[in-house]
Formats: sequence, C-alpha cells, structure tokens
Amino acid sequence: MSQPTVPPVESGPPAASTPGSNDASVAEPRWHGVMREIVGGSAMISVLAVVLAMLAGGILIALTDDKVTAAAGYFFARPGDLIKAVWDSVSGAYTSLFQGAVYNFRRPGFIAGIKPLTETLTFATPLIAAGLGVGLAFRVGLFNIGGRGQMLIAAACAGWVSWSFELPYGLHLILAVAAGIIGGAVWGGIVGLLKARTGAHEVIVTIMLNFVALYLISFMLKTPGLLQAPGSNNPKTPAALPTAVFPDLLGPQFNLHWGFIFVIAATVYVWYLLNRSNLGFQFRAVGENPNAARVAGISVNKMYIYAMLLSGGLVGLAGVAQVLGTVTTGFSSGIDAGIGFDAITVALLGRSKPWGIFFAGILFGAFKAGGFAMQASEGIPIDIVVVIQSLIVLFIAAPPLVRAVFHLPKPSGVRLRRPRTQTAAVTK
Amino acid sequence: MSIQDAPLQHNHPDSLPPALEKTIVKSWKAPIAYGIFSIIAILLFVAFGREGVSGFRLSTDSDFVQIPTIEAPTRATGIVLTVLLLALAAYSAFLVSRNRPVRLWITVVFAILFLVAFLTWAAAGATIPVPGLLVGAVGLSVPLVFGALGGVISERVGVVNVAIEGQLLAGAFVSAVVASVTGQAVLGLISAMAAGVLVSFVLAAFSIKYFVDQVIVGVVLNVLVTGLTSFLYSQVLTKNTDLLNNSATIRLPRLPIPGLSEIPILGPVLFRQTIIVYILYIAVAVVFFALFKTRWGLRLRAVGEHPQAADTVGINVARTRFWNVSLAGAIAGLGGAYFTMGSVGSFNKEMTAGAGFIALAAVIFGRWDPIRATLAALLFGFASNLQSVLSIIGSPVPSEFMLMLPYLVTIFAVAGVVGRVRGPAAAGKPYIKS
Repeated sequence: MSQPTVPPVESGPPAASTPGSNDASVAEPRWHGVMREIVGGSAMISVLAVVLAMLAGGILIALTDDKVTAAAGYFFARPGDLIKAVWDSVSGAYTSLFQGAVYNFRRPGFIAGIKPLTETLTFATPLIAAGLGVGLAFRVGLFNIGGRGQMLIAAACAGWVSWSFELPYGLHLILAVAAGIIGGAVWGGIVGLLKARTGAHEVIVTIMLNFVALYLISFMLKTPGLLQAPGSNNPKTPAALPTAVFPDLLGPQFNLHWGFIFVIAATVYVWYLLNRSNLGFQFRAVGENPNAARVAGISVNKMYIYAMLLSGGLVGLAGVAQVLGTVTTGFSSGIDAGIGFDAITVALLGRSKPWGIFFAGILFGAFKAGGFAMQASEGIPIDIVVVIQSLIVLFIAAPPLVRAVFHLPKPSGVRLRRPRTQTAAVTK
Repeated sequence: MSIQDAPLQHNHPDSLPPALEKTIVKSWKAPIAYGIFSIIAILLFVAFGREGVSGFRLSTDSDFVQIPTIEAPTRATGIVLTVLLLALAAYSAFLVSRNRPVRLWITVVFAILFLVAFLTWAAAGATIPVPGLLVGAVGLSVPLVFGALGGVISERVGVVNVAIEGQLLAGAFVSAVVASVTGQAVLGLISAMAAGVLVSFVLAAFSIKYFVDQVIVGVVLNVLVTGLTSFLYSQVLTKNTDLLNNSATIRLPRLPIPGLSEIPILGPVLFRQTIIVYILYIAVAVVFFALFKTRWGLRLRAVGEHPQAADTVGINVARTRFWNVSLAGAIAGLGGAYFTMGSVGSFNKEMTAGAGFIALAAVIFGRWDPIRATLAALLFGFASNLQSVLSIIGSPVPSEFMLMLPYLVTIFAVAGVVGRVRGPAAAGKPYIKS
C-alpha cells in the first residue's frame, strides 16, 4: 500500500538537537554557542510565537473596535485619540483575558481572586488529556484528528455507566472512567486496525469516524432507552449519579475537580511510556522511520494499533473529564466542545512531549477561561482566542519564519540573512 | 468501482513492476462488494419488503412538458430490481473470472439500480418528488464538487490539501461581504476566488518554503479561518447587516437556460441554476481535460508523482506546486461563494459545517480523478439530501443513519473494499532540492 505516510511531526528542523555536528561552534567561544542556543532555540521560538500571535490578535481587536474606527476618522486632527483608543481596546482586552485566566485583582480576598486560575486548570484538564492522546499518536507518526468522535463515544460510555448503575463511591467513579477510556480506545483502535490491515489513511478514517460518532450519538440521544433522559423529549442525557462524579479538588467554591489529578497521572504515564518503556521505544522508532523500525524487527502494524488504542483512550479521558467533571447534569451532542481539534494545537504547541503538552494545555486552558471573561466584560467575541491559538501553532511550526521576523540567529550558526542558501541550510 | 483505471495509472514513473503485475492480477473485490449489496437487497426489498404503492413525481408544476406520476407496486418492483442487481453482480464475477476489467459504468448502473430499489422500498405508501430530490442534491453537491476539484489539483501536484474547509469558508465570507457592499455579483465571485487563493498562499508558503507538515498546516488553517470569520462575523457583520451581509443583494438569481431548462427531469435539475453551477460544469470539464491532455497537466502530475524526476527534466517543482495550489484555492473559494451567493444568501458562523472534509473524502473516494471525485461529491450530496426528503415523507430508517452513510462508504472505500486507493506518490512530502 503506497499510502502517503505522514512524516514525523516534529517538523522543525532538528538543527538544535545536533549541536555537535556544527563546525561554527568550534570556531567560536563556547558561551557564544550556548547563547545562540537560548536565543534561537525552540523554547525561545515558542515564547516568540506566543508574542507574535498576541500581537496579531491585538491588531485584529483594535481594527474591529468601534471607538478605534471613530478615532481614526479624525486622526489628523487629534492623532492622540487614535493611539489612546487603540491602547484602551487592546489593553482592556488583554487585561480582562488575564483577569479571567490567572488572578482577578478586583475581587476581595485571595480565594475569590485566585478563582480564575482554578478555572484555567479546569478548562485545561480535558485539553491536556486529549493533547496527550494526539501527541502520542504524533510520536508514532500517526495523525489523530478523530478527537471529536473518540470524545463523544467515551462521553457516552462513561455517562451511561454514571447514571445506569447504583454503586458505592469510588468504585462507581473508577468504573465510569474505565468505561469512557475503553470507549475512546475502541473508537481510536478501529483506525489503527484499519491502517494496519488495509493501509487506510488515518486522517481520512478519523475524520469520517468523527461524523459517524456524531450521528450515532445524536441518534442515541433522541432514542428513549439509549442515552435520552427518561421522560424528556430533548436530546439530552440524564444527570450523572453523585457517586460517579469527580469530587472537588479544592473545595466546593472552585470548579476544579479530581479529573485534574487523573490528567497529571496520565501525563506521568505517557512520559514513562514514551521515555522509559520498551513499548515507547518501539513507538518512537516507528515514528522516526517505519522502514528502519521494520528492519529492526518491530512490528509496525502492531505499533499502529497499540498507538491508536492508547491515543483513543487518552482522548477518551478528555471526554470522561467533560462528563464526570465539568458537565455533570446531562449532556448533548456538543459535549466535545471542539476539544478534539484544540488538542491538535495543544499537541503541536507542546511539541508532542508529555510535559510540553501539559503546559501547552494549561496555556490554552487559560486562553479559554480568559476568553469567556473577555467576552463578558469587553464584548470581544471569544473566537479571537481561536485565532490567537492557531497563529501560535502556525508560527511554532515554522521556526525559520519566527527567526526571520525577529532577526534571530539560527542555532546552527548560519545567519539567516544569507539570501539563497537559506532553505538548504534549514533542512540540513 | 472498476479495479483498473488503465489510462490514468500507466504513466506512473515508478510503476513498472506493478504495471506488469496488474495485467495478470485478479481482483474479486468488486464482485464481492456487489454480492454483499445484492444480499442486502434480497433481505431488505424481498424478504422484508413492504407492501403498498410507491409514487415518483417526475415533473414540477411549472414544467412545460408534464409527465404523470409513476406508481409502482413496492414489493414487485423490489423483486424485479433485486434480480437485476444479482444479474449485474454475476456479470461482474464473470468478467473477473475471464480476466477482464469491471468498468466504471457497471458500478454506476449498480448504484443507480440499488438506489431506485431503496427509494421504492422507503416510499411505500408515499410519493417522492424526484426533481425536488435531485435539485436539492445538486445544490448540496456544488460546493463539494468545487472543493473536490481544488483538492484533486492540489494533491496531484503533491500538496495534501486539508484546508479545503478553510478555503470554502473564506470564499463564503469574503464573497458575501464584497457582493453585499458593492452589489456586484462578479466582484463577489472574484473576491471569493481571491480569498481561496489567500488561504492557499499560506498553505503553499508554509509547506513548500518552510517544509512544515502539510496536514498540520491544513488543519491549523481551517481553525484559523474558522476563528477569523467567526470573530469578524460577530464583531463586524452583525453590527451592520444591511450593508455587509444583506441577503437581498448577495443572492444570485437563477438563470434558466432557454430550451434546455424545459427537458423533463434534467431541465429543472441541471439548467435552472445560478451562474456558479454553470461555471461548475465548465470547471469539471476543463480540469479533467487540462489534467490529462495538456502539457500543464502532465507537468503537474509529474511533480506530484516524482518531483525529483520532474526537477531533473527542468520543471521548477516549488513554483509548479505554489501556483497550482493557489489555483486549487481559487476553485475551492468559488465553491465557498455558493454557500452565500448561491444558496443561503447571507454569511453565518461556520456555515460550511464540514463540507471541506467531505470534499476531501470525495477526492480520496474519487481516487484523485476529477470525474470520479465529482461523482463521489454528487453521491455525498445526494445522500444528505435523500435524508431530508425521506424524513419529510416519513422514512423507516432513522435520519442519522442516512447522514452517516457517506462517511461509512468512504471508510469502506479507503479501507479498500471497493477498490485499491492510491494517491499521488509524492503528496504530503516536501520536496527538498539537494
């Protein structure tokens, strides 16, 4: 099968990881090379990408602000007004974003002030879980766009267990979580199986399974006896029983729930799996070069199936966190809330590394929490957050672009300003 | 689907051993697939056949030539059609056993017969408005076909185009705003193409210049365009709907073609449409001809199959890719204009609703061939419209399962039940000149 295989996802040139091979650092003092690593390396690129994206978002906010447009009308009479209007609109937006995401100084007391931060972590919980799933698949060279379908199936499984059985505290929760993870794993595993057996491209299959899951869940939601709440005509499920709901992590005044602990555990597990275990080594080998892995005796097809099972399970955990943590009063077919797609950007931002994904998830959780606050207080649609997030990922995916914008040196020591050889140097 | 598409695949530069192999290999996939569908037909239409009379209304009230409504006894028609299906399945098995290819027309006839049988079964005791069903199907298919054409060109030149959704949405947004402000339909259409090209520029720049994974750029671009258009819609368009998003000035008039539009059934379906649909007919033909009969098409396919070979004979790979991906964006953007100017009349948040992904599926289902991709897109459009018509007349199948059908069919197609799916060899791989 000559399916176009998705190349390894860490698409940035691995220049930073091979400092030993560059001869420029030999000729220069050692600290010079270290300095360049910091300024031109991937961490700096990530930070600068965020800065660039926020800048672009700020321009967009200013351009569409009524007061700015009004002040621009008499720019030549009083240019100060325009500058003030731009400053007001952009700083107002980002201040409310910060206050909605980290700490609200306007509220009395520490408990009320820190609440936004816990909201951020609550939003981050499913993002991290799904991001880990997508990132794990990336590391095996698979592209899992099926987050939506896997989350929906997982939510349905976990939800069904959460209201259908009366079980003691603890056991019920564990069973519901397990049911959700298995549901997601099965839905993801189908993809791995099809890819391994027939060579079907996982991108297409996951996209298609998203729609299949959506319609399947919509059908079950409006069919009494399946997922629909008894005695209701709305396509909505019953509420989860309290025994199956994630307990509050920091007390009832915060929304943060135990799902966050599960997600931290999942991060540790994925880190262990990828970096310390035999299976993870095989995963990474397949992701780097499937042909070489096959020659080395690794069953590539098996790895595809295992990876998609695990990936689906992790994305399923995101669905579980939604159903048993955030929306416990019954859900409809929009329960995935776009997290399956956000997870792709989270995984890319985290460069498919478990802890990178963890912090990327928290950053995007902050954007989400702050976005709602910004929409409420400044009237700026939350869609701006989507724009900023996607710009961040675009910039991060193309380090040469960011370096060119900020005139940064390349980590390998080749200056970007050299005109034509640039592209060749980048790929080496 | 036939297993061989000889004229298309013989010029693959790297396919010498497979080409030899292909002449002797027997594939029973097509007969097996027909057999499975025939068994379903026996079960559904004969064993569990419904009693009653199924009606098919063939004319609209405004037609010049009125055709009476056809009334068919449900079970008897089902039996006759099932026998025909079985005959076709047997014929395809006979062809394969004699090492002869199963041609595309057999699949088309099989599919149509199966559909008619299914419609007869579903419409027991009711009447299906056939022109309405087909007009709606064409309407839903138009953006899919445009998107699929864009996808075919882009992938044939070696750039995987997941950003069709973004191109459609950008085209829909920009065409609505421009057409609304200027009141000029032509400007609206041109701006839709420009918007699609703009999205393509980003895709091309990132994937060709910066070697970023094409699928990633595509996915992120979809998110970016969705976010941008939704933001601008909430922030700008809703505040001044009369000027910026006025459906009275945006929507295109239907232009019936004199004479042709009076043909029974076909006239209302194909020739009482807006200008975008007529452009579509031309676009499909032109893309097919250009891709397979011109120098441009040969170069394009060479770059997509084996960029190094193309480079060796002096084709500029990066430039060919860049401009053809842009062209693909222009075509997809035009499809986006259909959402606003052709059908709804005003822009709404996320109004493409996954059409770009279905178009992508059509590209793969249509095996990177413009005609087949068009047929696949028509099939998808038909399936989604069938669902709405059947839910009106009260169908025995839950509408969700009808909606699911195209996606399941695609999964089957991709998994190789229908036939071997093989994309352009170099699609998705950046070409790094050494």
